Amino acid sequence: MKARLLAACSAAALSVAGMASAQSSELTLCWAAWDPANALVELSKDFETQSGIKMNFEFVPWPNFADRMLNELNSGGQLCDLLIGDSQWIGGSAENGHYVKLNDFFDKEGISMDDFAPATVYAYSTWPKGDPNYYALPAMGDANGWFYRKDWFARPEIQAEFKEKYGRDLAEPKTQKELLEIAQFFQGREIDGQTVYGASIFTERGSEGITMGATGALYAWGFKYENTPGSYDMEGAVNSPAAVEALEFYKELYKTGTPPGYDNAYMEQSLDAFKSGQVAMAMNWFAFFPGLYADPNTGGDKIDFFVNPPQNQPASTLGGQGISVVSYTDNMDGALAYIKWFAQPDVQKKWWSMGGYSCHKAVLEDPNFVNTAPFAGDFLEAMGAVQDFWQEPAYASLLLAMQERLHNYVVADQGTAQEALDGLIADWTEVFEDEGKL
Amino acid sequence: MTDPIAAAARATPDPLARRIRGLSDRAIAWLFVAPTIFLLLAINIFPLIWTVRLSFTNYRANRPNEEVEWVGLRNYIRILTDDGIWANMQTTAHFLFWTLFFQVLIGFTLAWLINRKFKGNDLLTTLIVLPMMLSPAVVGNFWTFLYQPQIGLVNYVVELVTGTPASSFSMLGPGGLAKWSIILVDTWMWTPFVMLICLAGLRSIPDYIYEAAEIDRASKWRQFWTITIPMVLPFLMLAVLFRGIENFKMFDMVVLLTGGGPGNETLLASIDLKREAFEKWRTGYSSAYAIILFVTVFGLASIYVKALNKVKER
Repeated sequence: MKARLLAACSAAALSVAGMASAQSSELTLCWAAWDPANALVELSKDFETQSGIKMNFEFVPWPNFADRMLNELNSGGQLCDLLIGDSQWIGGSAENGHYVKLNDFFDKEGISMDDFAPATVYAYSTWPKGDPNYYALPAMGDANGWFYRKDWFARPEIQAEFKEKYGRDLAEPKTQKELLEIAQFFQGREIDGQTVYGASIFTERGSEGITMGATGALYAWGFKYENTPGSYDMEGAVNSPAAVEALEFYKELYKTGTPPGYDNAYMEQSLDAFKSGQVAMAMNWFAFFPGLYADPNTGGDKIDFFVNPPQNQPASTLGGQGISVVSYTDNMDGALAYIKWFAQPDVQKKWWSMGGYSCHKAVLEDPNFVNTAPFAGDFLEAMGAVQDFWQEPAYASLLLAMQERLHNYVVADQGTAQEALDGLIADWTEVFEDEGKL
Repeated sequence: MTDPIAAAARATPDPLARRIRGLSDRAIAWLFVAPTIFLLLAINIFPLIWTVRLSFTNYRANRPNEEVEWVGLRNYIRILTDDGIWANMQTTAHFLFWTLFFQVLIGFTLAWLINRKFKGNDLLTTLIVLPMMLSPAVVGNFWTFLYQPQIGLVNYVVELVTGTPASSFSMLGPGGLAKWSIILVDTWMWTPFVMLICLAGLRSIPDYIYEAAEIDRASKWRQFWTITIPMVLPFLMLAVLFRGIENFKMFDMVVLLTGGGPGNETLLASIDLKREAFEKWRTGYSSAYAIILFVTVFGLASIYVKALNKVKER
């Protein structure tokens, strides 16, 4: 009897040891479910071969990505060893101990943040902003850009009509106001027997859509979150005359240049509108551009790309993410090994070639980089003038307030732009007071 | 000859208590119900008490290391003096009232029409109850397509009937239609549920009551008002109770259809509560919000159940 008991205990102990060993030889990487994530799966096969660590992936659709992942972090969950999280999460994740601070690891392994584009290091890696405390490695550079139907723009009859109406050639817009004119020009036009519209833009209410879209105009007009960075002094910055004008512009673009029913549209709807031939122009994240260019119906020589047009200044809304090690991982060594592998210039070059937007200078500063894809030059230009939303720990409250104020004004026709921005300051002031920062 | 009473007494086993280490019958009864009571306390009562406690604090679940402060009634005062929250409550009340109104009206009418013998009755009943078998996520998604201004069936039909261009209005967009659009979808989905309960009520009315009324030469109209309605009323009220509680906490379908928009036009209290609790992570504040909603539903449901019992006693 004793022998049997001993055997059973030994078997149980061995199986537990086996499980632990299996766990340490596996990593789970969490990200949003989109085209670049599929590219990362392919890229990571090299890491699996070199390290012997099996990679698992947890990809969540964008509309649920923040909810799902922030719940996971807040509950101290061990689902993700590595997380490619949104830039806005870094403040909360750093302060609440969800992400591992990587400075010592970078120093030990000789990984230098000087090797990455400064804008991406600032946005994706540092907390407090700009301080040399790194909680992520820039993984996926991104910004909100534009694409359009090059074949429609090139049609002589459309060119002639546009020139007659606006006194200039129909071409990629150089300013936000030119963009509006082009959108209005195409709005309701018959092309190949189909009614088409000007542009599909972001108007989504639930997560971050309308904020990401409208800030493209706000930043271009010169919108600032604070008069002095770090002061939370928003009066006169958030609701400046330029900001009011920009918001009025975005509403006009929505009302006069978008397809009917685009009152709750974000990434997917923008892509659908363009791919189905409904719109002449569309805004979306650069991450989607490789897929758009490869599209058999509306890609190739039918499409071209342009950076978010300036108005008072060049500016683009920042997207993209850094890759972080989750503090609750049970495979810290494996997770750090992945970061070390991913930071190598050769891996970064391959990452770009597969459709990922590398932030490494070895890629971006390559003289041939702008020729590697039709949108590569625009990407470089955009990343040189990106601006991001608040990255405060309370970013979600700040974002939801902006979503509500913008949607109420732009889509639901409530109040004026001035009232929307004044109200936004009141909402944000309340949040910062709750945070003890005001 | 054996005394049958004595034999029965011998056959009766000793009380169970004596066989289980001297426990009394009452103790054994407690032993049996204890797991259930424990689960009830652990799953329902404890979280409720904990939520009440949290509602008086500034606790945030996403900041476990932060010091939790006792803020007294501040959360409750903020909520009850917030115009936005009152607007959400009005939106919820609007949704609740009109969905119940239409579901009762159409559900009862359908049940009354279907409560007779005709060919294809079973098939028709099955077809009518199909919508309630679908997942709210599926319903939300496909109605989003039906409401699409350019390719949606709804706008197409409106254009066909009224001549209003399909792409000139948006059922889920600005213009005041969105709050009626979500009512239409909920009514489409849940009217069959009300119909089924009403049908059960109608079929429970004995035929002899109608036969007696016929003998008394009561008209069909009078039979309807003095027999059918009073006897179905408890069933109908039960259906209203179920649907009322469900719709007070409506979330999934409306989120998929409108996300609470345009603006805040369809922002129901439950959607707002979820945003406060799991997007802004204001746990203390949202606990107070949840308690206010709970008290509202509990209070209304209690009054309603009393009324229902009175109707049943009649």
